[in-house]
Amino acid sequence: MKESEDKILDNFTSKEYEYGFVTDIETEILDKGLNEDVIRFISAKKKEPEWMLEFRLKAYRHWLTLKMPEWSHLDIPEIDYQGISYYAAPKKDEDRPQSLDEVDPELLKTFDKLGIPLEEQMALSGIAVDAVMDSVSVKTTFQDTLAEMGVIFCSFSEAVQEHPDLIKKYMGSVVNYRDNFFAALNSAVFSDGSFCYIPKGVRCPMELSTYFRINAANTGQFERTLIVADDDSYVSYLEGCTAPQRDESQLHAAIVEIVAMDNAEVKYSTVQNWYPGDKDGKGGVYNFVTKRGLCRGNSSKISWTQVETGSAITWKYPSTILRGDNSQSEFYSVALTNNYQQADTGSKMIHIGKNTKSTIISKGISAGKSQNSYRGLVKVDKRAANARNFSQCDSLLLGDKCGAHTFPYLDVKNDSAIVEHEATTSKISEDQIFYCNQRGIDTEGAIGLIVNGYAREVLDKLPMEFAVEAQKLLQISLEGSVG
Amino acid sequence: MLKIKDLHANIDGKEILRGINLEVNPGEIHAIMGPNGSGKSTLSSVLAGNDKFEVTKGKVEFNGVDLLEMAAEERSREGIFLSFQYPVEIPGVSMVNFMRTAVNAHRAHRGEDPISASDFLRLMREKKNLVELDSKLANRAVNEGFSGGEKKRNEIFQMAMLEPKLSILDETDSGLDIDALRIVANGVNKLKTPENASIVITHYQRLLDYIVPDFVHVLYKGRIIKTAGKELALELEEKGYDWIIK
Ligand SMILES: Nc1ncnc2c1ncn2[C@@H]1O[C@H](COP(=O)(O)OP(=O)(O)OP(=O)(O)O)[C@@H](O)[C@H]1O
Ligand SMILES: [Mg+2]
Repeated sequence: MKESEDKILDNFTSKEYEYGFVTDIETEILDKGLNEDVIRFISAKKKEPEWMLEFRLKAYRHWLTLKMPEWSHLDIPEIDYQGISYYAAPKKDEDRPQSLDEVDPELLKTFDKLGIPLEEQMALSGIAVDAVMDSVSVKTTFQDTLAEMGVIFCSFSEAVQEHPDLIKKYMGSVVNYRDNFFAALNSAVFSDGSFCYIPKGVRCPMELSTYFRINAANTGQFERTLIVADDDSYVSYLEGCTAPQRDESQLHAAIVEIVAMDNAEVKYSTVQNWYPGDKDGKGGVYNFVTKRGLCRGNSSKISWTQVETGSAITWKYPSTILRGDNSQSEFYSVALTNNYQQADTGSKMIHIGKNTKSTIISKGISAGKSQNSYRGLVKVDKRAANARNFSQCDSLLLGDKCGAHTFPYLDVKNDSAIVEHEATTSKISEDQIFYCNQRGIDTEGAIGLIVNGYAREVLDKLPMEFAVEAQKLLQISLEGSVG
Repeated sequence: MLKIKDLHANIDGKEILRGINLEVNPGEIHAIMGPNGSGKSTLSSVLAGNDKFEVTKGKVEFNGVDLLEMAAEERSREGIFLSFQYPVEIPGVSMVNFMRTAVNAHRAHRGEDPISASDFLRLMREKKNLVELDSKLANRAVNEGFSGGEKKRNEIFQMAMLEPKLSILDETDSGLDIDALRIVANGVNKLKTPENASIVITHYQRLLDYIVPDFVHVLYKGRIIKTAGKELALELEEKGYDWIIK
């Protein structure tokens, strides 16, 4: 009977990746390998100013002195950094498309398959998309509307050209290139990404959205996002990711930096479904991401919401430094792992300002033979009088071959702080599934219902369109042929 | 409607049902009584399609088709409803969402479109009133934190929503206070039509004052050892099971 349940869950949780297709676009790929020449090449390709090249080289030289971190609860196969190509751009870089009609129809088809509403529907749903296909951003919409309000939303490369002062001022101000191995690597070779600046007092009227997708085989994607919200401003930023199916593993090492000034609020939402590898753990994306926000101003606020269902390996801890007094941060996360996926994810909340407040809600879902870890740090500095943190880490297990682990770290140096931590582990029981079956709901439906119910608190934090997509994604990621 | 012939079932290799024979016709109410551990809940689980139990022998026909061939969810959609002796909690899943998924699964089975939000809410309201289910409960997660009696009432509410052909009520009366017992029993009676049937499992004659059975069966060690009219329940209440077992 135990066996039959496991079999149901096994079958159920072994559905194929639905976004596995490769777009046939001529791609310009740099030879594999990493050295200073490669970095000079990337920088030259992008016609970067000297200071940018210097930044990259400094980061590269520092990276050479570092070793891969080993503290995570991940079994990471050796990565051959010389076996990766560090630059791939859709061809015809010189005459990049200016309007949709000029965009390669194959590419548009890809976006359609992903369900990205890049075309006119976009206007209706009120989203501006800066789509990063491999390394170069292909199309940025709504720039004009945004420009009228003084909002800057463009590719990172463009920002380097057009807004060098802002980039110089803020790039690396939250995630220093010395921060960690992957941050150094990204700083050396980052290809492109998004930049967003919201001026004082502006409430960005639409959700800003970026879709990342790794297309070319054997290329790593190293994108970089920088969001700066000036005093009294507000922005909601969405990031979605997919990658086509490949046998080899692909490396992805991104940096996201957020700066929130006085009274500013930034909401950053991610739905991540990079290719997770096949049922036997072959292929898949290695996702090593450094995401960090700085609540620089008083009463500023940064919220992270993430739904992570993809990647073979996820190493990711969206964090916030609460420097301004009365600043706040939230981290809401659902991380689902299946088959042989491994995730080590969580958050760090660093309280420095007075009366700072943070909330961590983490929901892990493990199925198949996957390993899912929560790792979190709550740090309260001596200066952070009356700091508050509430953390809740729940794990849901499907089947008994998977693992869930929780590693909460606390470092409290101020006596007035109140820090609370709660953790639960639960299983979907065969009795629950049978109860649903008895009411006419099949097993797939039952698991979908239970998983979505479990993740509800986090899904509710996502913008509407994203929530629906995320909900489908959770179900898809677990589905398979039943019985 | 339901024809059970020589049904045997095991759990973990241990035989629990050892040759059940039972026939239920439309419009009938059958009560099943019997000492603890005699196999009453096992019988209902097997009928509802819980594959924890292995059927080793026998046949079950439901409206002319082989019930044992069907998956649990198909049996439900074909009109079999089980009011669980111990309803499980499903945290995070709202009653509304749960019921709507169930109702739509039944509708899809009949080739109907999903129910509209307004029709669904109307249906919920109507059925809630029938069993006087507190609206607050209907807004919570399935059975989560419900009291014993509330869970039972919620089972009958779900039965009302799904309008089954054959309902199996496994000790729906246990845990209900006196008023709730009357309300729930009245609900069951109101749902009764000449086309549907019920199997009512209980330890107490009390429930049968409200839901009057056509037959009373005594299940003992996996077999039905006695069948009679409703007066048997009274007799059992008075004398216990010893006199039949011997
Ligand atoms: N999961 C199980 N594993 C092992 N034995 C079981 C299991 N479920 C039921 N049994 C056994 O099967 C027998 C019949 O149980 P069942 O629940 O059908 O009895 P019942 O007639 O409903 O009893 P009650 O009146 O107490 O509800 C009991 O001896 C019980 O211990
Ligand atoms: Mg029982």
